[in-house]
Formats: sequence, structure tokens, C-alpha cells
Amino acid sequence: MIPEIGTLALLIALVLAVLQSVFGLVGAHRNDAVWMRATSSSTVAVFLFVLLAFIVLAYGFVVHDYSIEYVAHNSNNELPLIYRIAAVWGAHEGSLLLWVLILSTWALLVSRLSKGLPDVFRTRVLGTLGLVGVGFLAFTTLTSSPFTRLLPAPLDGADLNPILQDPALAAHPPMLYMGYVGTSVAFAFAVAAMLSGRMDASWSRWTRPWTVAAWMCLTLGISLGSWWAYYVLGWGGWWFWDPVENASFMPWLASTALIHSLAVTEKRGLFRNWTLLLAIFAFSLSLLGTFLVRSGVLVSVHSFAADPSRGLFVLGLLLFFIVGSLTLYAIRAPSLQSEGGFAPVSRESFLLLNNALLVAAAGLILLGTLWPLVMDSFNLGKISVGPPYFNTVFLVPTLPLVALVGVGMHSTWKRASYASKGRPLALMAIIGLVLGALVAFVCYGRYGLPLTIIGFGGGFFLMASALWQPLARLVRRQAQPRAALGMAVAHFGIGLFVIGVSGVASYKIEKDVSMGPGDTATIAGYTFRFESSKDVVGPNYLAREAQVAITRDGAPVAALTTQKRQFKIQNNPTTHAGIDVAWNRDLFVALGDELGAGKWSLRLQYKPLVRYIWLGGVFCALGGLIAILDRRYRGGIVEPVHPTDTETAAATGEG
Amino acid sequence: MWRYFTPAIAFLLLGALFAVALVRIENGTMDPRAIKSPLLGKAAPTFVLPTVTEPSRPFDSAVLKGHPYVINVWGTWCPACREEHSALLVIARRAGIPFIGIDWKDDRQQAQQYLGQLGNPYTETVADDEGRVAIDWGVYGAPETFLVGADGQVLVKFAGALTEAIWAEKFAPFVQGGG
Repeated sequence: MIPEIGTLALLIALVLAVLQSVFGLVGAHRNDAVWMRATSSSTVAVFLFVLLAFIVLAYGFVVHDYSIEYVAHNSNNELPLIYRIAAVWGAHEGSLLLWVLILSTWALLVSRLSKGLPDVFRTRVLGTLGLVGVGFLAFTTLTSSPFTRLLPAPLDGADLNPILQDPALAAHPPMLYMGYVGTSVAFAFAVAAMLSGRMDASWSRWTRPWTVAAWMCLTLGISLGSWWAYYVLGWGGWWFWDPVENASFMPWLASTALIHSLAVTEKRGLFRNWTLLLAIFAFSLSLLGTFLVRSGVLVSVHSFAADPSRGLFVLGLLLFFIVGSLTLYAIRAPSLQSEGGFAPVSRESFLLLNNALLVAAAGLILLGTLWPLVMDSFNLGKISVGPPYFNTVFLVPTLPLVALVGVGMHSTWKRASYASKGRPLALMAIIGLVLGALVAFVCYGRYGLPLTIIGFGGGFFLMASALWQPLARLVRRQAQPRAALGMAVAHFGIGLFVIGVSGVASYKIEKDVSMGPGDTATIAGYTFRFESSKDVVGPNYLAREAQVAITRDGAPVAALTTQKRQFKIQNNPTTHAGIDVAWNRDLFVALGDELGAGKWSLRLQYKPLVRYIWLGGVFCALGGLIAILDRRYRGGIVEPVHPTDTETAAATGEG
Repeated sequence: MWRYFTPAIAFLLLGALFAVALVRIENGTMDPRAIKSPLLGKAAPTFVLPTVTEPSRPFDSAVLKGHPYVINVWGTWCPACREEHSALLVIARRAGIPFIGIDWKDDRQQAQQYLGQLGNPYTETVADDEGRVAIDWGVYGAPETFLVGADGQVLVKFAGALTEAIWAEKFAPFVQGGG
């Protein structure tokens, strides 16, 4: 009986979402106060019913209700409680329910936290979000209900995919979806602006915190996913340019561009069309990711069970929302043309370049991701586009970006002068490069890759440049405007990330060895000694566990444990790497296959500076959080900042 | 005015591409999951491994040079290999070219027993205990079957249980007089 409550809740939510969108879009058009109030109420109601459906499904997992097909396929009597909860979003149907829950959460937040927005505008935003909700609730109920019964119910379930049974992965999808789905808010703001035909500075100010919030979640979600892949898949890589990773990365690039473009639209009223287009692109790329993951058109370790009929449904949604909004754009954009100019050297120019480079990176990644599909669809042969392509096309636009960010951060609106800042910046760049060369030659003893020193130097320069103004304000005992501080922290994070990537790419050492008890192998001066191995019994798996002791020059460094787990039901092995973390490197041991005669294959890795990759991501997200807390996003409708306020805006570094 | 429609039109084209892909997957003329082998058209990897039947005698793949031959990766632990075994016996007899089995990460005695009971389709079967050679061949799982041409290039790769129909369709066209 309880699963039927879930089905019913989803159907009611679908009907309510229809009401939300009709009341919202038509009510705002008619400027009808009653309809507009009804929009807010139905937004709350949609959230409550989707939440109910979600709780029903989670309850099914908790009590092992295998009469629910989805539970039977993704759970097991021996699966620990935390993974039974995480299993709710472990496969297609449940993760779609999570998608809808997060969408309705964002809509609820917009309706509760935007009291300062004009009623008509807020109602339009909620109506648009309602429409997205209708599409995805219909998709869930019509093609992918998680509450389908399986009768007679099996006594035990088929277990959750073993690679998903990990704490980081339990947290990764919700965080990523918060970001993914959060792009729908910026999209809804853009649609509302186009419907009303008005787009002023206050529009950008309202849109910015929501966009930054979604971007922040996306940043954390992607970082978590990268960290998970690093230690669970046992490969020790942190990014694989897998189609599904790309699907999450492209919206990130687009929303990063959007955040910067919104700054220009807010402060100077420029780039309006471009901002609208980016808001549509960011959401479109999220939808595209959903399509690629769930339709089976691309092959990936992450993709869900393929089903072309579901694919057609998502494609329909994709066409409706993207073509619909782009057509609206085509009609409205000519009347939203921006006025006003700026000098070739100005904050506007830097942000324009930033946007061009970020969008170019996203476009090239999109091309590489879809190219195999184009070839395959038109019988031109099967190809796979791999890391050599992606690394190149990603570095070409982003490397100049690192330098531009360091310089551009200190520019002013309209016309920037580097009379007083040029020398310190040049000094920072030189010191950065010298420091980079020192790190390469002194710490690692060799040049590394062609771009190693440029990478280290760029990273150091960016970090110094980001710290400059906050430190100067600290010395002068001035207040730290949150928006400016947030920007500095996020850019500092990019610097950390660049240093981490440069270090790992240039100096990592990977070695596959065959070892038995007592055998040793040495990489990067660390001696790995295979101590012993034994069988271990986990709740729902059996594992072989190896103890590896690491010494350096005879002194003990770490004792690591690595496991190869064989899950009882799904019979898939997963590897749990043993990792020793230090501020400057990771030592990584992953147990491979048994080779007979007591020998095992082991993968030993030395990963210099790898932690800074994820730490950089955390700093970026933290920067976003600080920026959202800026005072000007609170309170009601504020007078727009006048474009002539260039000096104050630049002094506080907003943007 | 019309330039503002460019993004919408560009996306419609992308949508058309997806529709073509979905329809082709639906009617079975396209399979994105089919494994792309980086080896196709490249020189076949060489190997020297002990044979399953006489472990003291190594087999060097260099002796196959100049002739077309088939490589079949199998193991007694692999149910799909057992499934294809009877078809393999027929195909190998008819094809008239060497069939080399690579017994992948297997137990020597069990393998001998298996071939004794079910019949031996292979000209030679070598034991790849550590799976090193299988890695060279880019093997994802057993069974996998490769056809190597007289010029030493890998012509065909097939993953999964072989049947006579699949042989006739994918392999036979490359084998002169065989099939």
C-alpha cells in the first residue's frame, strides 16, 4: 500500500506543477494578485508532495520492501543503512526523483527567499520553474516510476552497484544535482526577463546570488566526484574526460562565464543579450547532460541503463525548453540591446575575454564529447575521442585565462589604468615564475613537462594577485566587502588548482608491480614493502586486504591498507586504495589481481600536490559562499548602482 | 533580426542528430556499446607463452608470420566461452586457418580437462596466467576473438560468444576460401 502513496504523491505533484506553471505564467501576464498568490502556494505544495514521494521510496529501502522493483534491483538485506539511503539515487528512476526533489527545493527557496522581488517577476520565475517541473514529473511518472511493483516480491535484493557504495559517492549526486538543477533558476530568471521585456541592473542583482549558489554546488559536486574517482576506481587519476564528467563540466564552464557576464550586466548594463544566452546555455547543457546520461547514446562508466524510449522523451523535453527559450530570445533580444561603451583596456574587456575563453573551452569539449556520436550516427566509423584531444583543447583557452584573471582582477570599469598597479603585478608575475622554476628544479629536480614552470608560475601569480587587495585592506584596516573577498578567495582557489594540476601532471609516478609478502619496490625515494595479506569479511562483501609499509631512507612513513572487495551479489570487484596524505604528496597503493604463488599485482603511485586540485575546488566554492552573503543581496529592492560609479565599484572590486 | 535565431537553429540541428542516433539505436542499426578496438588495422601484438598442453614448450607467435590466423581469448571460468565452444569447433574445422587460443588467467589442469572433455578447436593454446598478453590485445572480457591477416594486421575483433552466423558475417569475408 505504501508504494502506491508514492505514486499518488508524484501524480498530485504533477498536477500541482501544472497549476504552478499556469498560475505563474498566465497570472503574471494578467497581473492577477489571486493567481500570483496561488503560484506561491502551489510551489510549496509541489515540494511537499515530491518530498513525500521521496520519503516513501527511502522508507521502502530502509524496511527492505522488495515488492518495489527499484528497491529489489538496488538494495540487499546486508546493505548498510547509509547506503540504503544513498541507493535511493543509485539508479535511473530514483535519481530522477532526486532531480525533481531538488528542482522543487530550488523553487521553494526562490518563493521563500525572494520577498524583495516584484510579485509579477517572482511569479514568472516560479511559473517557469513549474514548467520544468511538469516536464520532469511527467518523465518520471510516465516512463520511469520508481514505485513499480515486483510481485511476487523476491526475498532478497540484487544489491546496489558496488562502486556506488562509498561515502563520497553517497554525497556526490545530491551536491552535483543541486548545481545541475540550480542552473534552472538562472534560466527561469532569464525567461522571466524575456517575457517581461525588461532587464535592468536589479534583474542582474537578483539573478547573481542564485547563479553563484548553483555554481557553488556544482563546483563542490564535481570536486567530490573527482575525489571519488581518484580513490575508488583504483586508477589514481582525478579526471578522465568521460562523457558524463564532461556533461557536468560544461554547465560549470557556462555558469562560470554567466557569473562574470552578470557582473557586467549589473554594473554597466552591458552584455545583456549575452547574459541571457549564457543563462539558457548553462541550463541547456545541464539538460543535455541528463539526456546523454540517460538515453544510452554515449557509452560511459557512469551511464544509467539505456532505454531509447526514455531518450526520446528527454529529447522532447530538451527541444521544448531549449528551442522554446532560444526562440523567445530571438524575438526579445533585438529590443534588449545594450548601450554604452568601454575602452579596450577595462574590466569589461577582461570579462569579455573571460567569457569568450570559457565558452570556447565548453564548445570544444562539447565537440569532442559528441563527435563519436556524429561519426557513429552517420556510419562514418567508430572513433573515441580521448584525453589527448581534451587536454589540448582545454589548455589552449584556459592557460591564457589564468594570466588574464590575475591581471583583470585589478582592472576598473569603463577604462582601466595600470599606472599604479602595473609594476606590482609584473613583479608578482616574475616572482611567480621564479618560484615556479625553483619548485620544479629544487623540489623535483627536473624541468618536467613543457608547461610545468608556466603552470606553477601562473598558479603562484594568480594566488598572489588574489591576495593582494584583501591583504592591502587588512593592512589599512579597511572593511572587507564580501563580494570582493569572495572573488579573491575563489580566484585563489583557481591558483591552488592550477598548481595541483601542474604538480601531478609533471611529476606523478605510477608503477605496476608484482609483489608477494616481504617484497619491496621503490618509487620517488619511497620504499613500499608488501607486509601481508588476509581475507576480510564486510557486511555485504568479501575482501582481500593487503598491508603495505612505506619507508623513506629507512624511516617509517606510513602503513597502508588496501582492499579488493568482491561483492556477494553483483559479483563485481572494487578496489579501495590505501592512501597516505601529506601536504605535498599522496602515496597511493591499490591492490590488483592475484597472480598466483602468493604474488599480487599492485599499483603504486606517487602523486605530488594532488590534494590542491580538490582544495582549489573547495576554495572556489567557499568564495562563492562569501560572495552570496554580500550585503547588497539582502533586503528589498535597492536603487541600481549607477554605471558612473566606476571608481567605487572597482575599489571594492565587485564583480 | 534573423541572426538572433542562430542559436535556436543550431540547437535544432543538434536535436536532429540526437533523434537520428536514438532511432538508429532503437531499430538496431547502431550500437554505441560495441567496443571500439584500437588494434583494428594495426599490427597484431606478438607473444611467447607456454602452451597449455605441454607447459615446458613455449609457443612463439612469430611462427604465424605471413599467414592469416585467429586468436580466441577464453577461460574455463567463463560461461560464455563454454557457450561458444561447440560453434568454435565447427568454425575452426571449416576455416582452414590456425586458431590460437589464449587461455586467460586460468588453471592449467582445469584447462586441459576442459579441452579433453569438450574437444579442442585450437591449433595451439597458450596459457596467459598473468593476463599480460591479454592486456596487449586490449581484452575487456572473455571470450574475445580476433582475425589477423597475412600482413600481420588485426582485421576483425569480436567480443562475446561467437556463433556460425557471426563468423559468416564478420570474419568469413576476410578469410579466402573459408567460411
